[in-house]
Amino acid sequence: MKLLCAVKRVVDYNVKIRVKADGSGVETANVKMSMNPFDEIAVEEAVRLKEAGKATEIVVVTVGPTSAQETLRTALAMGADRAILVQTDAEVQPLAVAKILKALAEKEQPQAVLLGKQAIDDDSNQTGQMLAALLGWPQGTFASKVVPGDGALTVTREIDGGLETVELKLPAVVTTDLRLNEPRYASLPNIMKAKKKPLETVTADSLGVDVTPRLTTLKVAEPPSRKAGVKVPDVAALVDRLKNEAKVI
Amino acid sequence: MRTLVIADIDGGALKPATLNAVTAARQIGAPVDLLVAAGSAKAAADAAATIAGVDAVLAAEAPAYEHALAEPLAALILSLAGGYTHILAPATASAKNVLPRVAALLDVAQVSDIVAVESPDTFVRPIYAGNALATVQSSDAVKVVTVRTTAFEAAPATGGAAQVRPVEAAGDPGLSRFVSAQIVKSERPELTAARVVVSGGRGMASGENFPLLEKVADKLGGAVGASRAAVDAGFVPNDYQVGQTGKIVAPELYIAVGISGAIQHLAGMKDSKVIVAINKDEEAPIFQVADYGLVGDLFKALPELDQALGG
Ligand SMILES: Cc1cc2nc3c(=O)[nH]c(=O)nc-3n(C[C@H](O)[C@H](O)[C@H](O)COP(=O)(O)OP(=O)(O)OC[C@H]3O[C@@H](n4cnc5c(N)ncnc54)[C@H](O)[C@@H]3O)c2cc1C
Ligand SMILES: Nc1ncnc2c1ncn2[C@@H]1O[C@H](COP(=O)(O)O)[C@@H](O)[C@H]1O
Repeated sequence: MKLLCAVKRVVDYNVKIRVKADGSGVETANVKMSMNPFDEIAVEEAVRLKEAGKATEIVVVTVGPTSAQETLRTALAMGADRAILVQTDAEVQPLAVAKILKALAEKEQPQAVLLGKQAIDDDSNQTGQMLAALLGWPQGTFASKVVPGDGALTVTREIDGGLETVELKLPAVVTTDLRLNEPRYASLPNIMKAKKKPLETVTADSLGVDVTPRLTTLKVAEPPSRKAGVKVPDVAALVDRLKNEAKVI
Repeated sequence: MRTLVIADIDGGALKPATLNAVTAARQIGAPVDLLVAAGSAKAAADAAATIAGVDAVLAAEAPAYEHALAEPLAALILSLAGGYTHILAPATASAKNVLPRVAALLDVAQVSDIVAVESPDTFVRPIYAGNALATVQSSDAVKVVTVRTTAFEAAPATGGAAQVRPVEAAGDPGLSRFVSAQIVKSERPELTAARVVVSGGRGMASGENFPLLEKVADKLGGAVGASRAAVDAGFVPNDYQVGQTGKIVAPELYIAVGISGAIQHLAGMKDSKVIVAINKDEEAPIFQVADYGLVGDLFKALPELDQALGG
C-alpha cells in the first residue's frame, strides 16, 4: 500500500502569536515554525504502517514557500521515503490545497492519503474532507485508530459522544486526531539520511490548479482579553465569592 | 437569499447545538429551512418544526443517515443545495466531518467556526487557537459555514410552526460502513450546553480521582471536562477534552482543577462567564484568566468544596 501524507509548516504550537498592529494578519517573521502537530501524527502513522509491513512507500507533500522544505526534511527523517514541495509564496486556502493534493493523488496513485485533522494556524479542519470529496473517496476523520484490512481500512473516530468505528473502502482519506499515536523524534543518523532522500519541487500551475483564494481576510484583531481576578485564601472564601459576588452558584 | 441549516441529530434526537446554529442563520437575514436527516426522522423533524424562526423542515430518511456517514449525507445536502445561498451547521464533530465535503462538491470555500455574522458574506472566526479573530469575506455563490455554538444564543425550541416536508434520500455511494460506536452515557448535562463545567487536568493524577471532581460537578448540576493531558493519560474518555482541538465551552461557571492553562486549553474555555482555577502552582498561567484563583492542593480543596456546597 502506497501512502501520501500532507504536512503543513505552521507557527510552533508553543509560540504566543502577536496580531500585527495594522490588523493585516499575524506576525510570522522571526517566529519559530514547526510541522503542524496533527501532521506529525499522520507521518508517524504512515511510518508505523510501513514498519509493520502494511505500507510500501510513503510520499510526503507540502504546499508552501521554499522554507517549507524543512518540514519535508523532518518528515523524511521520521521515515518517509520521498517528498514533494508544491512551491508558492501565496496564501493557499484549504479548497486549493485539496485540489493540489487531488492532482498529486491522481499522479501518485496512493491507496490512502493521511492528513492532520486541523492546521493549528487557520484552525479550518477542512482539507482532508475536501480532498476525499474531490477524489470521490471515503473519509475517516479524527482517527484515533487505523487498521488496514483487505481492500479496506477500519478507522476509529473521535466524535462528540465518544468513539465510532467505520470501515472505508480503499482508496481512502484519513485525518488524524491526538490519540492516534505519539510521534517519534527523528534521530541524528536519520536526519542525516533524510538529506539524501529525494525532494522534488513543483508549482501549482504545473499541476493545473487555480489557487486564487475564495475568502478575503478583511481584518485580523486581538480577541477581547481577560484580566486576572483575585486570589482567594481558602475554599470558604471561594464559595462566598461565587455565591454573593459572582452569583453563579 | 435562503439559508439551509443542517440539524445535528444523534440517535434520532435533535441536538441542542442546532438551536444556536439557527440563531446565526437568522442573523444572515434570509428565510431559514432546517434539514433533518436520520434513519428515522419523525421525532427530530417534529422537534425541529417548533423551533422559532424556522420556515420549513426538510425531512430525509434512509438507513445511510442513521450514523451520519459523511459520504451519503454530503450527497443528500448537495442534492438540496440548489435552492440555497447559505448552508450552515453547528460546529459539532458530525458537521465538521460532513460540511467541508459538501463545500468541496460545490466548489466553494467553507468558513469554519464563526463567532459573528457581519453581513451575508462576511463573518468573524477565531484563528490560532482563538488568539486572533479574523474577519473574512466570501466571494463564493454559496456560503458554507459552521457555527461556534457558544457565540450564539439558542433559538427558542418552541413557538415556531414550520411545515415538515419529506425530501428524497440521495443515493448512497457505498464507500463506507458503520461498524460500531462506543458512546459514553452520562446522566450529567452535556459539556457544551452545561451551565457549570468542572474540568480536571494532569494534576488529578489518575482517573480514580475524578469522582472527587464529579461530586462537585453534581452538586452544581454541572458537566465534567478535562485537559488534553488528562485524556491522553487515560483518566477520562476523549469526548471530555476542552480546548482548541476538543470541545468549546462557555458556561456561566468554569472550574479548572489541576490544569496549567496552556493556550490550547484556554482556547476552549476562556469565553466562560466566571472562571475559577484551583492549582498548587501560583505561577500557573490559568490564574491569568481566572476570576477567582485558589492556590493549593486539589486533593484538599475538592473535598472541602464538596462539603461547603452542602447536601
Ligand atoms: C496540536 C495540539 C492540540 C492541543 N489541543 C488541546 C486541547 O484541545 N485541550 C487541551 O487541554 N490541551 C490541548 N493541547 C495540550 C496543551 O498544550 C497542554 O499540554 C495541556 O493542556 C496540558 O494539560 P494540563 O494543564 O492538564 O497539564 P499540565 O500542563 O501538566 O498541568 C498540570 C497542572 O496541575 C497542577 N497540579 C499538579 N498537582 C496538583 C495538585 N495536587 N493540586 C493542585 N494542582 C496540581 C500543576 O501545578 C500544573 O499546573 C494541545 C496540544 C497540541 C500540541
Ligand atoms: N499548505 C498545506 N500543505 C500541506 N498540507 C496541508 C496544507 N494545508 C493543510 N494541509 C493538510 O490539511 C490538514 C488540515 O488543515 P486545515 O483544513 O487547514 O485545518 C493539515 O493537518 C495538513 O495535513
